[in-house]
Amino acid sequence: MRRSGTGATQYGDPDRYRTGFMLKASPYLVAAILAGPVAAGALGALVPSFGFLPALGHDTFGLSVWRDLLDWPGIGGSVLLSLVSGLVTAGLALALAMLFLAVFFETRAFTWLRKAIAPLLAVPHAAAAFALAFLIAPSGFLARLMSPWATGWQRPPDLLIVQDELGLSLMAGLVMKEVPFLLLVALAPLAQIRAVERMRMARALGYGRIAAWFKTVVPALYPLLRLPIYAVIAYSSANIDVALILGPVSPPPLAVQVLRWSNDPELDYRLIAAAGAVLQFGVTAAAIALWVAAERTLIGLGRGWIESGNRTLAEQGLGLLGRVMFPALLLSAGLGILALGLSAFARVWRFPDPFPSRWTLEHWQTVGETASGPLWSTIWIALTATGLSLALVLAMLENERRTGRRASRALELVFYLPLLVPQIGFLFGLVLLAELAGIAPGGALVAAGHVIFVLPYVYLTLSESYRRLDPAWGRLARTLGHSEGGVFWKVILPMVLTPTLAAFAVGLAVSIGQYLVTRLLGAGRIDTVTTEAIALAAGGDRRLIGAWALTQAVLPILGFALALAAPRLVWRHRRGMLGAAQ
Amino acid sequence: MRRLTILALAAVLATVLTPARADSPSAEWSRVLEAAKGQTVYWNAWGGDPRINAYIAWAGEQVSARYGAEVVHVKLTDTAEAVARVLAEKTAGRNEGGAIDLIWINGENFAAMKRNGLLYGPWIEALPNHKLTGPANSPDLALDFGVPVEGLEMPWARARLVFYRDEAVLPEPPRSSEALLTWAKANPGRFTYPLPPSFLGTTFLKQVLLERASSVDALYRPVAEGDFAAVTAPLWDYLDALHPHLWRAARSFPANAGAMRRLMSDGEIDIAFAFSQSEATAGIESGELPETVRNYLFDAGTIGNVSFLAIPFNAAHREGAMVLANFLLSPEAQLRKLDPEHWGSATVLDLEELTQEQAKAFREMDLGPAAIPADRLGTMLAEPHPSWTDALEEEWNRRYAVR
Repeated sequence: MRRSGTGATQYGDPDRYRTGFMLKASPYLVAAILAGPVAAGALGALVPSFGFLPALGHDTFGLSVWRDLLDWPGIGGSVLLSLVSGLVTAGLALALAMLFLAVFFETRAFTWLRKAIAPLLAVPHAAAAFALAFLIAPSGFLARLMSPWATGWQRPPDLLIVQDELGLSLMAGLVMKEVPFLLLVALAPLAQIRAVERMRMARALGYGRIAAWFKTVVPALYPLLRLPIYAVIAYSSANIDVALILGPVSPPPLAVQVLRWSNDPELDYRLIAAAGAVLQFGVTAAAIALWVAAERTLIGLGRGWIESGNRTLAEQGLGLLGRVMFPALLLSAGLGILALGLSAFARVWRFPDPFPSRWTLEHWQTVGETASGPLWSTIWIALTATGLSLALVLAMLENERRTGRRASRALELVFYLPLLVPQIGFLFGLVLLAELAGIAPGGALVAAGHVIFVLPYVYLTLSESYRRLDPAWGRLARTLGHSEGGVFWKVILPMVLTPTLAAFAVGLAVSIGQYLVTRLLGAGRIDTVTTEAIALAAGGDRRLIGAWALTQAVLPILGFALALAAPRLVWRHRRGMLGAAQ
Repeated sequence: MRRLTILALAAVLATVLTPARADSPSAEWSRVLEAAKGQTVYWNAWGGDPRINAYIAWAGEQVSARYGAEVVHVKLTDTAEAVARVLAEKTAGRNEGGAIDLIWINGENFAAMKRNGLLYGPWIEALPNHKLTGPANSPDLALDFGVPVEGLEMPWARARLVFYRDEAVLPEPPRSSEALLTWAKANPGRFTYPLPPSFLGTTFLKQVLLERASSVDALYRPVAEGDFAAVTAPLWDYLDALHPHLWRAARSFPANAGAMRRLMSDGEIDIAFAFSQSEATAGIESGELPETVRNYLFDAGTIGNVSFLAIPFNAAHREGAMVLANFLLSPEAQLRKLDPEHWGSATVLDLEELTQEQAKAFREMDLGPAAIPADRLGTMLAEPHPSWTDALEEEWNRRYAVR
């Protein structure tokens, strides 16, 4: 008898039992991999925050560290900045992503939009931030292009644009990186929620393009984006790479302040850093809670608006905004990278010269002399961490499909732990844990550490596409005599090939961009292109930073290019598959 | 038994030979050399300058070829990262086999590690090349920010705070804190300093304080509550007057020395400073700074300090670290370090201890177009006691970080 639903009969099939056991273990394995280190690391922050750090001679518990933290000058500003940049970045990025989709969905530019995402996503956060900083600074690329003929500036004006106190340039940099991420996660499930049909129906009923999108597609799409958005909030409120380059310097965002404490030669600051890390967790959690509250309110308000039957939504204005903002986003990213790329070839580039006056390959020589080792470790660590993560996520999702039971809320939350708990807080604890376990620092430990951060993103980008697969395909294949394993390999996996490869590329990009975890778990012995780039960034020579940032960006871009090209190659004779699960 | 005999023989040989030939290695040092063979030394050192990185790579190659010990440069963005690592290891009870063998260090980080028992030693007396520093004639090498070194770290490089500017733009730069204030008022937005607690930013505070403090003596003792307010009052008055005229009106600051040099390169500021004569020379060399950039000093003197190499208490490859350190102290390595082509950092060797030929090579080194000859560097002001660093940074933060 072939099984048609869930039930006890599954144990009748020995082949199924074996694979089934491994699959069933996968969610617990994943939970352990993610929650274990985070919990241990967080404990490593929580305990010292109450004054207990015996290695420094602090062996009594108390609240004095928390008092010191709250008395720290500018701490209120730091907290507010982190909270606001988390919320504003997520709000803006979501609004822009939805607007772009509304304006361009099913148009010729839509293909463009799809293609633009990968390289934007692939550029590491730090490189993108450097690019933006050099683009908009008073002595930056834009000012050089415009000076002195349009501005009259012979010398850069004294204007606070980059690292402004309100964090505007910080938020702009974050939005630039988060819009492509949200677009990527929004594109995947469009087919499953039948966006094309929804749009056609609404348009036929006389709704404007934008109104149709926001009234019929967004309500179905948003629930699928919820967790990625929380990840955006968490990242924006707690990131360090971008904040160091674009964020205000005094008071800085909270995560940067925590980093400063933990880097202070006065070792007793480790205690206040620990308390700061705990506070950072609270700030991130508060930002998400505020978002959830706003979400509830908006859903309530939105329902009335949707039911009102109003057929247009400022179609002209919003349409124009989308048509302007999308190229503006692409252009500023492109120009920034171009400027950074130019500086990588510059020997002399004085203000206000629009282009370098003398060129050189010296910076690339420096890169060439030192890059081969880091390049190799970057690649093998990224492939190992992403391969492991993908295998685990696929096992989990396949287990869900077969049992018909979705991962519990608790497990979903576990996935978000590494994205929600500020890295700076739990990594110190993690190093401690590895030391206590007697695991020597090195490549294997670094790759294992990367899994903690790669796995959630692989899950994020793959899970919804996987879950939205019509179960009828699996049932059909079963009735045709395939085993469950056969269904997975011959039907399911081919259908999710495109999102799987996209998830793989995202995973690679995440791994390649990791800095802190690579440094700490590798005891600095594992050099990757990212650690090299950031070590040299400390020296401040923009031309070298440019060369390294481009090197750092090439790898993930290659990953995305392959992910984009592979399905086209594999399905070149079955083009229907290309659209099947995108 | 055989090993004992060899050791005894070596010891006898060493005592016999030492008086005759002062540079013959002692038995103890031979043991170190022997143990170092095949070790891999993890040297944690700031990795922000490709020239310094290349110098470190060169030293590693030499040590590998001559002594059979491999050297891995762990490139730090901040020395405190290494301190944190050693601390994590101590917390976890790893008292041997630690991940770090040698740290490039000074001042605050040294004081913190010494205070918390994170250092191995004393070990520098064991180095044959240590005597070339002329310990008796160089009292500055025995103190690191006023904290006695006590053989726990080996002097490696001397540094001097030097200012630089483009001579074509600013032929007569302000040569005192007072003149700097006057100049800043006349040229708003054209000067800044790196954000404390970055190393160079805090140094600027100390430089001004040394010039303006009511009692300089207090700065060389551990800071005391009563002293602090009185001694530092002139500094805060000065900064209150200066800040409105700084780059971006002091609403932002460059993050570190490199970021300040970049502002100079972009033409956003007219005066910058560095902890090395070679900063300007290297900038000219690479095209980052205009060819007319020149170093200059404050008339009343500028802060000088020494940076050191230290071995963590739990280093796994202590002998390899010592062999590497000893090589770095050799006239050959120190001369190459002095050469601005390779680095441009002042030597810690006492030229009196070298052969005439060696001393001549040091004296005649071309320090590059921007540099000031060693004999015209003027008064060197010693770093205040490290306890002032924290107190200054905290007070700066209290006054200027809040909004």
